[in-house]
Amino acid sequence: MNTELLSWGQIIARILQQFLPVWIALIITFTVSIRYKRKLGLYGKLFDSPVGMVGFLLVMFWVFTAIFADFIITLDPIAQFGRVKNPLPGTPLVDPKDGQYAYFLLGGDHLARDVFSRVVMGARRVLTIAPAATTFAFIMGATLGLPAGYFGGKLDTVLSFLANLVLAFPVILLFYLLVTPEIRNTGIPVVLAAVLFIFPVIFFCTLFNSRFFTNPPKRNLYVGITLVIGLWAYFGLAFNLDPLGVWSMDPNLLNVFVSVVFVNSPTVFRIVRGIVMDLKARDYVAAGQTRGESAWYIMLWEILPNARGPLIVDFCLRIGYTTILLGTLGFFGLGVSPESPDWGSTIDDGRKLLSLYLHPAITPALALMSLVLGLNLLADGLREESLKD
Amino acid sequence: MTDTTWDPTKPILEIENLSISFFTRLREIPAVMDFSCSVMAGESMGLVGESGCGKSTVALAVMRDLGKNGRIVDGTIKFKGRDLTHMGEEELRHIRGSEIAMIYQEPMASLNPAMKIGAQLAEVPMIHQGMGRDEAWNLARQIVADVRLPDPDRILQAYPHQLSGGQQQRIVIAMALMSKPALLILDEPTTALDVTVEAGIVDLVKDLGHKYGTSMLFISHNLGLILDVCDRLCVMYSGEAVETGDVIEVFDKMRHPYTQALFRSIPLPGADKNSHPLVAIPGNFPLPHERPKGCNFGPRCDYFQDGRCNAAEVPMFPVPGDDRHATRCIKWTEIDWDAPMTLKASKPKTPIGKVVLKMEDLRKYYSVSSGAFGGGSAKVVKANETLSFEAREGETLAIVGESGCGKSTFAKVLMGLETATSGSILLFDENVQSTPIQQRNTNTVSSVQMVFQNPFDTLNPSMNVGRQIIRALEIFKQGKSDAERYARMLELLDLVKLPRAFADRMPRQLSGGQKQRVGIARAFAGGAKVVVADEPVSALDVSVQAAVTDLLMDIQRENKTTLLFISHDLSIVRYLSDRVMVMYLGHVVEMGTTDQVFQPPYHPYTEALLSAVPIADTKVIRKRIVLEGDIPSAMNPPPGCPFQTRCRWKSQVPGGLCDIEMPPVQVLAGGHQLKCHLSAEVLAAMEPVIQIAAE
Amino acid sequence: MLKFVARRLGVMVLTALALTFVVFYLTNLPPNLEKLARTEGSVRMTDQAVADWIVGNGHGGSVFGRYAEWIGIAPGWTLTDEKGVTRGRCIAAGSDPAAAPNYCGVLQGEWGFSTVFKKPVLESVLQKLGSTGWLMMWVMIVMVPVSLIMGVLSGMREGSRLDRSLSIIAIATTATPEYVSGVILVAIFASATAGISPILNEWGWISGRTLFLGTATSAMDGITFWNFALPVLTIALYGIGYIARMTRASMTEVMTQQYIRTARLKGVRFRDVVLKHALRNALIAPFTVIMLQFPWLLNGVVITEALFNYKGFGWTLVQAAGNNDIDLLLGCSVVAVLVVLVTQLISDIGYVFLNPRIRLA
Ligand SMILES: Nc1ncnc2c1ncn2[C@@H]1O[C@H](COP(=O)(O)OP(=O)(O)OP(=O)(O)O)[C@@H](O)[C@H]1O
Ligand code: SF4
Ligand code: SF4
Ligand SMILES: [Mg+2]
Repeated sequence: MNTELLSWGQIIARILQQFLPVWIALIITFTVSIRYKRKLGLYGKLFDSPVGMVGFLLVMFWVFTAIFADFIITLDPIAQFGRVKNPLPGTPLVDPKDGQYAYFLLGGDHLARDVFSRVVMGARRVLTIAPAATTFAFIMGATLGLPAGYFGGKLDTVLSFLANLVLAFPVILLFYLLVTPEIRNTGIPVVLAAVLFIFPVIFFCTLFNSRFFTNPPKRNLYVGITLVIGLWAYFGLAFNLDPLGVWSMDPNLLNVFVSVVFVNSPTVFRIVRGIVMDLKARDYVAAGQTRGESAWYIMLWEILPNARGPLIVDFCLRIGYTTILLGTLGFFGLGVSPESPDWGSTIDDGRKLLSLYLHPAITPALALMSLVLGLNLLADGLREESLKD
Repeated sequence: MTDTTWDPTKPILEIENLSISFFTRLREIPAVMDFSCSVMAGESMGLVGESGCGKSTVALAVMRDLGKNGRIVDGTIKFKGRDLTHMGEEELRHIRGSEIAMIYQEPMASLNPAMKIGAQLAEVPMIHQGMGRDEAWNLARQIVADVRLPDPDRILQAYPHQLSGGQQQRIVIAMALMSKPALLILDEPTTALDVTVEAGIVDLVKDLGHKYGTSMLFISHNLGLILDVCDRLCVMYSGEAVETGDVIEVFDKMRHPYTQALFRSIPLPGADKNSHPLVAIPGNFPLPHERPKGCNFGPRCDYFQDGRCNAAEVPMFPVPGDDRHATRCIKWTEIDWDAPMTLKASKPKTPIGKVVLKMEDLRKYYSVSSGAFGGGSAKVVKANETLSFEAREGETLAIVGESGCGKSTFAKVLMGLETATSGSILLFDENVQSTPIQQRNTNTVSSVQMVFQNPFDTLNPSMNVGRQIIRALEIFKQGKSDAERYARMLELLDLVKLPRAFADRMPRQLSGGQKQRVGIARAFAGGAKVVVADEPVSALDVSVQAAVTDLLMDIQRENKTTLLFISHDLSIVRYLSDRVMVMYLGHVVEMGTTDQVFQPPYHPYTEALLSAVPIADTKVIRKRIVLEGDIPSAMNPPPGCPFQTRCRWKSQVPGGLCDIEMPPVQVLAGGHQLKCHLSAEVLAAMEPVIQIAAE
Repeated sequence: MLKFVARRLGVMVLTALALTFVVFYLTNLPPNLEKLARTEGSVRMTDQAVADWIVGNGHGGSVFGRYAEWIGIAPGWTLTDEKGVTRGRCIAAGSDPAAAPNYCGVLQGEWGFSTVFKKPVLESVLQKLGSTGWLMMWVMIVMVPVSLIMGVLSGMREGSRLDRSLSIIAIATTATPEYVSGVILVAIFASATAGISPILNEWGWISGRTLFLGTATSAMDGITFWNFALPVLTIALYGIGYIARMTRASMTEVMTQQYIRTARLKGVRFRDVVLKHALRNALIAPFTVIMLQFPWLLNGVVITEALFNYKGFGWTLVQAAGNNDIDLLLGCSVVAVLVVLVTQLISDIGYVFLNPRIRLA
């Protein structure tokens, strides 16, 4: 039996090798993008900003890691290997089965699970939940922020009050109240989900209707497709009622997801509202009004596309923020599930023995930090480039 | 920092072969090329040219403040014999503000919002002369009085936002004069101001220039203003000086085709849309990095000769006999400068038809709340008061007035974006005053359309030109299929004389004039019968203005459109309108045919307005009437006559009636309406403001 | 002005009511009450016994009624059981029911009793707030000057090397949540096996095993640099980056304003341009941000207190939530909500006073 620890050089070499698919994908992405950067609009301009490029590199590294996670992991992230707690990085497995990877590359945690594989798999979790939750928060924030900014008056007062209400809630407290197993039994998350998830359906129906109402057949087609797909997904996700079983969400995940969307959307609401108040004084809005366009057409087709710059930047920042939030949840043991390899829970698990064993906590901590850093740099690059001519 | 070596008979500022480039990521943008000019002591030099020709860049180069990406690539700028281009930061700092001062276009933005006026003024002598605080404040007080601001002590203690635009600009001027600079650079100092306020500032600048013996570099795109203020002039085109010389000589004996074309495209008194139309300069201004070979003006020049004009860079040729007059045209000796311009075929006058729009006693009040915390008492702003008029088919009705007089509110009410507080609007005999636009039927909506002021704002930046026009067609239920609408869109592009290929362009790829054309095409998509044009050309360059105005007139002739032309520019109003309505603080103070309004008897406000407009014609003699003070706020208008705070005729009305009572509408001969207490005799004795001197 | 404050206070009270009601509602959901019954009574209670316990301890009836009792606008519940003993919300154990007051809610100063700490809520919350106050104070002392200086320095010359480096630092710190920076800081400074402590120990520079202490429990008794620096730094780091970026954005914007150019062309020294002309205008926006930072600090505080085992307000909140200690949780949320609302009010008023462009009504 092999008992020799791998040296750090060997560990790094092996890790680099595991990430091979990611390197290939990154090289392809960057070569193509830089070659055609002048034709790619704002995305292309990103490659003129070193800050933006570094950010994009970090983000894409994790995106590709999430995509190729199955090829990258060395061991089953949930399984326990042997009885030795907290094996150090480079420790060989006690008695590896045939074809099994023989080392804990970055050590193991207190249950002797492989840290490296958990972090890689954690990337997949984070990168599915965070962008999805942020997207929902954006749609909800936009659907409410547009009319609040555009019409102003009573509607704005009421919506702004509600938004401030949510914002005044200390996030941690809210999570402690919402993300408990007991709450799940009361059905509150499902009710919230029912409210939150209907917004995308409304959003897209209005979007198509306001544009194509002059051409009923086309309108009916677009709205019809939206309704079918939207409601199908809606019933699947919110009520777990999808007859085909394509759309469904684990109740605990649903709970976390809904809470995260709920906490994020008021901020988006405020941003959208602010931009709309600024843009609605433009002449092209007035031109739309003098043509007799409906208010929703003007909001969705005349104003929203022109607000995309700041919104894209905020979107990147917000994914980062959501990632931190998910980590916070994990840190307080409110994560998706105790078994889940998500980064926050892993940090939480590791911190208890921090002064003795660093590796179980520090690896996910660095992973999370680099992803959020990447998103921030990306946002910064985008902001800077979109301001230039 | 007086330089003893400088000889006062030499130019105070001498710019030689100056070239300036901006370095962007994509390329080097040569903003100014081979520019030379000199300013003598006590002289005021005007710099004219269209937007983007490099006027501001030259001014900033003199201050050596070109920003991060701008660099002087060649040439010298000598101030009192010392080369500024190679001066160190510390040395420059001593010159800036003390020997050379600069005034910019936007007064509000030039003053620090968080500092008291007094502190901002006093700072200058404290830095440069090492003056004590109290002494500096005293000096500030004196200069504030010099720029004719009332109550200097209060003003010194005020913050910028507590002053009106005109007052702010006076403070900026005062700041520039604090250390009695030898050279003053003014970059469009009055563009953001109303004409009547502008007239006051211009007078002030002229007087102070003489009083302190300051040399001036006066930048403007307005030829009339240059004639008013300057002794000499330098015409710029696309980064170069094309003609320079004494103002009168250049105005009367221009020797460059661009200068000539410029004068032909501005509406001087005597121009007329039917018999004596303006001549627009064809084509567009070249972008700095797309300049043609040889003469920059070549592609747009009537006298262009292949092989000569585009062979090599054209140098400046001195015009003998005149005082330092020079032109950058190879053929200047060959062109017959006195030949009358080939008149475009004069066009028939549009017959005026039946009444299409009638407004009676229209009022629009807004209630606003004031105060930072949303508290405060709600006030009523009377944006429009008892507006009555009618407009006929094929007629152009101009609505004139300075900012805040209620022009745009009126347009909004007519369009149905706001509903009137009271009164009636009859559109094709249909009563629409209380019908908001959502409830109007497609027919009504499509027959009243609007052309907007700001070309950079009028098109949705993220939708291509073709789509925007097609959208209007869809909404107005034009065409049966997508293909039909597409074809109609192309026709509309033809109508506004844009290439069909523009359909696929994004708005940012269009110039200001082209965007404005798209805006017009969009307005006519549903066959509009009444078009409200809200300052459609005021943001455009003069050479483009003429073309867009012409286009509007052509379309009007063809479609018998009723045009409501909102403007503050009296020259263009005189040129194209049939009838004129003058507004002040929400009231119509005068209304009549163009001739009636532009000839005495005037309403006192119209008289002041007419005299304030600078005219770029040396033969025109203009009576100067400078209005005191600023336009009152519409929030608290004065009692009695709205114009009474600034009226110079007030004393002619017995019994102080103007202060107490709103004047009635007097109807004079030919249906000419005036809202004034002045008696018929006084009115009849009024003299014309503008006279064209006999040649 | 008075009217504005009055209206704002009105909105604040409304917000506070709405928020406490939400907390009340969520903590009083049947499953939570059942859990409470089982922890207070016994884990093996029958369902019937649980139901009885809930009713017998005044948790029955409509949630609105109970909320009103908690506020103190409805009379507290009383129950007389079979033995003839009358208990009630306002009746202290063993005292005479007849002498007890009718109302005993927040309005009467009765915040209830903490089931976790076995102490009146008000007392434990106030005590813990004191501890957290120290933490907050030191965080502010470290965070505000550092971040403002960083922001101003990097914003005054946009794109300079100084700006680039400071910006990268600022972005890096905002990208690092407390639970990550805390872990890293402990790893570097307070780990016996990694970071710099073992090295220092070997060289004999420090007598203990670690340079800084990995927990702040001892700071409850006396704050020292060695037990408090890491928690303060952990919270401050995130905020430093955030405020510095806001300040930088505001500063760069101000530096491109026309009036700065005017000042420059007046011949004002660059130093004075920054200090006299730009600074005041540039600090308006960060002021708001700093004020709004307080509520957000609360989050950081909760994480950091948990991480460093410092028994302050955040730690209390975690305990209360973890054990569904209803009264304590409500007390905590009232405090949290008040912090948020008061700082919002201060930031709004301060904004108006800092900004001379806004006229006072
Ligand atoms: N910072 C800059 N970066 C790149 N190009 C610039 C910059 N500043 C000016 N330019 C370009 O230099 C040319 C001259 O600009 P300038 O502002 O001097 O024109 P102008 O005559 O003052 O115009 P206006 O009448 O509109 O004030 C323009 O083409 C402009 O686009
Ligand atoms: S050089 Fe030729 S193209 Fe240029 S202005 Fe003279 S005639 Fe016209
Ligand atoms: S009514 Fe009096 S104040 Fe008004 S315009 Fe006539 S003369 Fe002047
Ligand atoms: Mg300019």
